[in-house]
Amino acid sequence: MKSLRALLLRLGELFRKERRDAELSSELESHLRMHIEDNLHAGMSHEEARRLALTKLGGIEQTKENYRDRRGLPVLEVLLRDIQYALRMLRKNPGFTAVAVLTLALGIGANSAIFQMLDALTMASLPVRNPQEIAEVKIADRQGARGSVEFWNAQASYPLWEEIRRRQQSFSSIFAWSPGQYNLSPSGEARWASGLEVSGNFFSALGIQPALGRVFVDADDQPGCNAPSVVLSNAFWQREFAGSPSAIGKKLILERQPYEIIGVTPANFTGLEVGKNFDVAIPLCSESLGSAEDNRSNASAEWWLVVMGRLKPGWTLEKASEQLALISPGVFESSLRPDYPRASIPQYLKFKLTAIPAGGGLSQLRESYSSSLWLLLAITGVVLLIVCTNLANLMLARASARERELTVRTALGASRMRLICQLLTEGLLLAGAGAALGVWIATILSKLLLQFLATESSPIFLPLHLDWRTIAFASSVATGACILFSLAPALRGTRVSPSAALKSSGRGATSGPARFTLRRLLVVSQIAFSLMLLVGALLFTRSFLNLTTDDTGLRWQGVVISYLDLSRLNLPVERRPLFKSEIVSNFQQIPGVESVAETSIIPLSNASRTNKVWMDGSDPTQGTESSFSSVGPGFFKTLGIGVLAGRDVLKSDSSSSLNVAIVNESFVHQMLRGASPLGLRFWREATPRDPEMRFEIVGVVKDSKYRNIRGKFTPIVYLPQAQDPHPANFAQVLIRSTLPPAATIAAVKSAVTRISPDITATYEVFDTMVRDSLITDRLVAWLSSFFGLLAVVLAAVGLYGVIAYVVAQRTNEVGIRMALGASGGEILRMFLGETAALLSIGCVVGGLISLAAGRAAAALLYGLKSYDPLTFGLAAALLAAVAISASFIPARRAARVDPMVALRYE
Amino acid sequence: MGERADVWQGTLALMVLKTLQALGPLHGYGIARRIEQTSGDLLAVNYGTLYPALLKLEQEGYISSEWGTSDNNRKAKYYKLTRAGRKQLEKEAREWEQTTEILARFLAPGKESA
Repeated sequence: MKSLRALLLRLGELFRKERRDAELSSELESHLRMHIEDNLHAGMSHEEARRLALTKLGGIEQTKENYRDRRGLPVLEVLLRDIQYALRMLRKNPGFTAVAVLTLALGIGANSAIFQMLDALTMASLPVRNPQEIAEVKIADRQGARGSVEFWNAQASYPLWEEIRRRQQSFSSIFAWSPGQYNLSPSGEARWASGLEVSGNFFSALGIQPALGRVFVDADDQPGCNAPSVVLSNAFWQREFAGSPSAIGKKLILERQPYEIIGVTPANFTGLEVGKNFDVAIPLCSESLGSAEDNRSNASAEWWLVVMGRLKPGWTLEKASEQLALISPGVFESSLRPDYPRASIPQYLKFKLTAIPAGGGLSQLRESYSSSLWLLLAITGVVLLIVCTNLANLMLARASARERELTVRTALGASRMRLICQLLTEGLLLAGAGAALGVWIATILSKLLLQFLATESSPIFLPLHLDWRTIAFASSVATGACILFSLAPALRGTRVSPSAALKSSGRGATSGPARFTLRRLLVVSQIAFSLMLLVGALLFTRSFLNLTTDDTGLRWQGVVISYLDLSRLNLPVERRPLFKSEIVSNFQQIPGVESVAETSIIPLSNASRTNKVWMDGSDPTQGTESSFSSVGPGFFKTLGIGVLAGRDVLKSDSSSSLNVAIVNESFVHQMLRGASPLGLRFWREATPRDPEMRFEIVGVVKDSKYRNIRGKFTPIVYLPQAQDPHPANFAQVLIRSTLPPAATIAAVKSAVTRISPDITATYEVFDTMVRDSLITDRLVAWLSSFFGLLAVVLAAVGLYGVIAYVVAQRTNEVGIRMALGASGGEILRMFLGETAALLSIGCVVGGLISLAAGRAAAALLYGLKSYDPLTFGLAAALLAAVAISASFIPARRAARVDPMVALRYE
Repeated sequence: MGERADVWQGTLALMVLKTLQALGPLHGYGIARRIEQTSGDLLAVNYGTLYPALLKLEQEGYISSEWGTSDNNRKAKYYKLTRAGRKQLEKEAREWEQTTEILARFLAPGKESA
């Protein structure tokens, strides 16, 4: 207690030094005066009295020194003095400080931002009880599965889920869910709620307690769904019901069915998909509430569920997988329904179930962005390395400039440790300022990143917050950087014997060969890193350009997509084709519209339908996979696909006429080896809804991309929509117009309302859809270009610094050379030669690293190889141009120097 | 740091406290002289070492100080014992007596060598 009180008092003393010093002086003065007086009384002479008093005291300054040591906290005072000194030094060099702090902040900020995103996407756990116990059940290898996969991670059909639930023994509870979109509005324009269809035990298995009311129990999910109920997400409850508890018990209309609101989930639960949220959760039994044709609960070729479970205590994933493999034959055997294509049943029965960890939730973002984010993290890591080498170079240059100061202070008795501490303090201050600014930049950057990645059609909800991991990451990077860039120069700068340094006058040991090697090494590594980033920037930019300019075989400028839901019209199946063709001709009447066509697959939207085909008379087992699309008349015109031979889809193609098909060039090439296709017939394998069917080829069109731009040209079969035996109760209509998209959409909207207010429609601009699909590529291209440019600028700064320094150090030598007859050109060449040497070593090293690193990024590139020679050449040339110009300025200064001035230098 | 934990430092603090108890408020010079006199001039110390010791005692709250005037009308800083100082003095004096007693027993001739 006493020592704590003393410590606090001593801490307080730091702030009133002057007053206390004055007080001590007067106290000692009064002491001496009294002592002298006493001595005088004792009969000494004045001088004798004074001398004795001083001797007895033991020296005024020593006493004061000891007193001060006791009074304050010497270590802290020294530290404060170091900090004050460092701050003064940094203030004296505002340019250096600004460059150092800003580049460091940018480096740390970019790293933290990307890390924050990666962290939120890949490392966060679901906000559920013991997330590490949650596992997902999926089919180990689903190659050869038939039917429709209704969302990116759908792993099970309803019968399959029921069988898994019945037979599994590895999980204490097992549940299924599926995402969906539900229309909230009872009539008129659609208002969508994103929803989850969940099994009755979903919430209890996850351990989620309701924030209000109750969550589902098994009784809520019974066949028939007699009393359908809904659980709201907290956000939806706040938005739609203003967070009022009276919402419980009210009815919510979803897809024209009333659901009773029974509860609200806690705010931190946003579903099991990272980056997505949900508005409402309804039980799986709701399937039976809609129309019979939409009911998926008895189809084994409809893949729409995710099955997850909580492992029993003591069970591992391996053990669970073993047990799942054991029950697999029985599960698949009994989950078969008549809709499953007979030919594919043997493969179906061979599927094996397995368990994978799912405590982090599912994430399409994770699947699609994490490789890009890791790449960006690598890029920003290299940027940070460049920033650090640049800073090391700057610090070293300053250490050289301050060499005399350091040696003088060493000569005056400063220990090496003290000097290193002081330089280290400067480094830590820079790093601290850089990190603080960097964290601020990171929060802004990661928000920008999210905005960049989110599109209108798929908003991203990621809880991005500065948590301790991001802070730890940023500060460890900063501290590492600090040690890297301040300690090395500090150690070198102080490893000088004072006498040697003082003797060498103006030019200290910095100009010695050893010191130079370090600075050259720094510049070479800077050039190498910069080349890496430049190569990356060029590769990704060119890859992105390839993606945007590559011929897709499609012309979509001015095309608008409308998704029309006709289910409310309750049209009988046989009336649907006519109704849809009426809609199409109605749209064609809109002024400015050039062509309109229906299609079952929107190209480049990642949708696909693929079946095995074989030519009439050939061996079915030798068939090839081909993509399919059902299109209406005018489809090829609307998307600018050229008809090469035969005919387009005609209005006369109907369910009563011969089944015809139009194929693309790749189909002709692969299936017929180029033989004339018109009039030939081919078979399509049986599907969940249709038996094997035969089609006659009546036309050939040019190749076009199918699922996305990255894909290659593959065989595509276009079937007339009117011949589809199962006309759907929705339609996807493409509208090509000369009007701007917004005007087209407005006109189409009013046309739809005129046709029937019960049609719910959604619209998308084709170009926006394509642009959104290239978001990651665009992001990587932009960011890598930005960082590449930054790297080049930093390399230029570094090279300029080194050459300017070399020139300054060798001015004397230049004078001698010129006096001996060297021309300005020769001097210029001498210094530029130095640059060229550093540049070529750096480029070779950087090129080799880029080659190695490029292989990791190869998967993200489109249309060029990671070792693309042109890119490497371009990057090296660009870097060389910048480097030479950066060193040209100081070199020319040297070449223009007057020999007399140079000789007199120093 | 300035703290030298030798016997002298510890005993000096005790001597200061005892002096202040015996004589009441006193300035540094007076304390130094008193200690020197009491020791019968056996202790020849630098008066300067007294001041850090006084500061330490003040920081620990055993003594307090204020400026006053001396007998011959000089300004001087006077130190006086606080309540905590009084207690501390009793405690330290007791401990010191114990220590010397123990040491005395050790050093007393003959008794221990049986």
